[in-house]
Amino acid sequence: MRNGQDVSNLESMVLSREGLVTPETTTYREAISRAIGDEMRADSRVLILGEDIGESEGPLKTTMGLYKEFGPTRVRDTPIAEEAFVGAALGLAVAGYRPVVEIMFADFLGVCFDQIVNSIAKHHFMSGGRMHAPLVIRAIGGGGLRFGPQHSQTGESWLLNVPGLRIVAASAPDEAYGMIRAAIRDPDPVIVLEHKALLGTKGSVIFGAAGIGNLESPRIVAPGEHVTIVASLAMVPRALEAARQLAGSGISAEVIDIRVLRPLNAQVIVDSVKKTSRLLTVEEQGVHGGWGSNVVAEVVQQAFDYLDAPPIRIGLPDSPLPYSPPIEDRAIPSVERIAQVARELIGRSI
Amino acid sequence: MPSDRATGIDPDTRVGMLDLFTTMVRIRKFEERVRSAYLEGLVHGTTHLCIGQEAVCAGVVTVLRADDYLIYTYRGHGVCIARGMSLAAAFAEIFGRRTGVSGGLGGSMHLTDPELNLVCAAGIVGGGLPVAIGTGLAAQLSGRGQVAVAFFGDGTVNIGAFHESLNIAAVWRLPVLFVCENNYYGEFTRIDRTTPFEDLVRRGAAYDMHSVAVDGNDVMLVREAAAEAAGRARAGDGPTFLECRTYRHSGHSRTDPAKYRPAAEVEAWLARDPLPMFERRLLESGVCESQELERITAAVLEEVQAASRQAETAEWPSADDYLGCAMVRT
Repeated sequence: MRNGQDVSNLESMVLSREGLVTPETTTYREAISRAIGDEMRADSRVLILGEDIGESEGPLKTTMGLYKEFGPTRVRDTPIAEEAFVGAALGLAVAGYRPVVEIMFADFLGVCFDQIVNSIAKHHFMSGGRMHAPLVIRAIGGGGLRFGPQHSQTGESWLLNVPGLRIVAASAPDEAYGMIRAAIRDPDPVIVLEHKALLGTKGSVIFGAAGIGNLESPRIVAPGEHVTIVASLAMVPRALEAARQLAGSGISAEVIDIRVLRPLNAQVIVDSVKKTSRLLTVEEQGVHGGWGSNVVAEVVQQAFDYLDAPPIRIGLPDSPLPYSPPIEDRAIPSVERIAQVARELIGRSI
Repeated sequence: MPSDRATGIDPDTRVGMLDLFTTMVRIRKFEERVRSAYLEGLVHGTTHLCIGQEAVCAGVVTVLRADDYLIYTYRGHGVCIARGMSLAAAFAEIFGRRTGVSGGLGGSMHLTDPELNLVCAAGIVGGGLPVAIGTGLAAQLSGRGQVAVAFFGDGTVNIGAFHESLNIAAVWRLPVLFVCENNYYGEFTRIDRTTPFEDLVRRGAAYDMHSVAVDGNDVMLVREAAAEAAGRARAGDGPTFLECRTYRHSGHSRTDPAKYRPAAEVEAWLARDPLPMFERRLLESGVCESQELERITAAVLEEVQAASRQAETAEWPSADDYLGCAMVRT
């Protein structure tokens, strides 16, 4: 119990390392703004740069209240120039700041690819470890909202084989809050992938220091026995719903949110497959060269003898995501498709 | 910086002038040793020499404060030496040894030293300019009158990062000096085939930025322009685009014999070698006797040779020295 805290609502409190805290129901969008604001309040070195993030509070309203509280110096609108302002984050970091940059659509990571891959990711290494690059690149991606081929990508696997980067993906409000705060505190460059279809979703979040998450490993979000389903971003709630449907037919699915795409620590997944003997990965991107392939490779290398069926990866077709609603909807793995493939996987068991 | 318009040199700054000469000679002798070491197999991959361009880096760097930030390129040895980087550690880096400034992880293109605020040596054309924007913003926010200096070549003025960065510097009035070393060749191709005009100062003016062009082989003119630009930046008057017209005596990199350059052009520029130009000026204005310059040159040569010898016998790094070094927290 912390000094003078209101205990009238004791049943809703949870015990954390900070004592008893009350989770609040909040949106993914609100969780993002609050994470940044809480870090800015805690550390005067933190500032945020991006397009329309100041007085406008972000094109997707992910910086609500920040400009009003911290002003234009620390909440800085930039020209439409990702290469310059993302590279500027490296300069700020080297000079002692803790910059956060917002990439309005993850698709625009392509515009600043050189700065991320050649400047930011390698700066610590090329200095022989003498300089650090503590900075955060937040990129809001994902499909399902009819934004068409250039504004719907998650960008999840574009940077997977770039040493020097930590890449995380937030699937729920508590993850958005916890991982953004942890990312800002991390000594290395962290890319935080967010999903715009999740912005309005609600969840329970512990705000404050107790809510700061880890950037270490995947997390089991629903325990199960018969099949392991690994998903990211907006595919996590779909996988959870698929697991509920499967439960109705007596199939117990373990759902894992991969969360940390790089460096991949597959231990949680390997341990899960040792229990379930079946693996399904669900990505909102093409499966070729995706993180699902890495997960399958790790499982095959570490738990081959436990597998009762070949692992299956599902994702988008090998095509850009189309605009038209019926075909966009069919391209993205649905709850029904995830459940169906899980059933087939179990039926195919040897 | 005090200077007499007639001679360009104030007699009171005699020691300063000889220091400047020493710096230029040190860069020249260092680069000459890199060239010969390459032929001996001590330098690996490639290397990009700044012989012929010493007046630019020496002239600019010597007007800076210790807390200013420097961002430069793969042709950056001269900037580092002018800033005071250990010659032995620079050689060791170029030779790939553990005692190099970055433990041999970066090499010739990536000499950096955070203790000297030598923060970024970009191997990608234009790659350093966004970083200069960030350090320039940090300098502005510090309120201590710091500046950030970005060196780059004429080839950079056509890449996106250049335009994005100049625009931001101008609109935020950042204390950044954009030092364009116009040596008229972007890699192997002459500027007239890549850029619609050669007076690149116009690129800065296009961004509504204070823009100045100087003879980049005249170290005193470079110094004067850089000091003025730094003064403006420190006073809150925003960025400057400083075009320094110069010439590299050798090719783009060690494998380039530079046969694409007209003989008459090369000859004309060799006749304007910045070192003899400065020597003549020192002698004609009575700053010192030629024996003193010879003594300095001999001493620098000895210093460079000793540093090289030290690096040549330094140990190699091992896998343990680099694996796991891509991140602070692995």
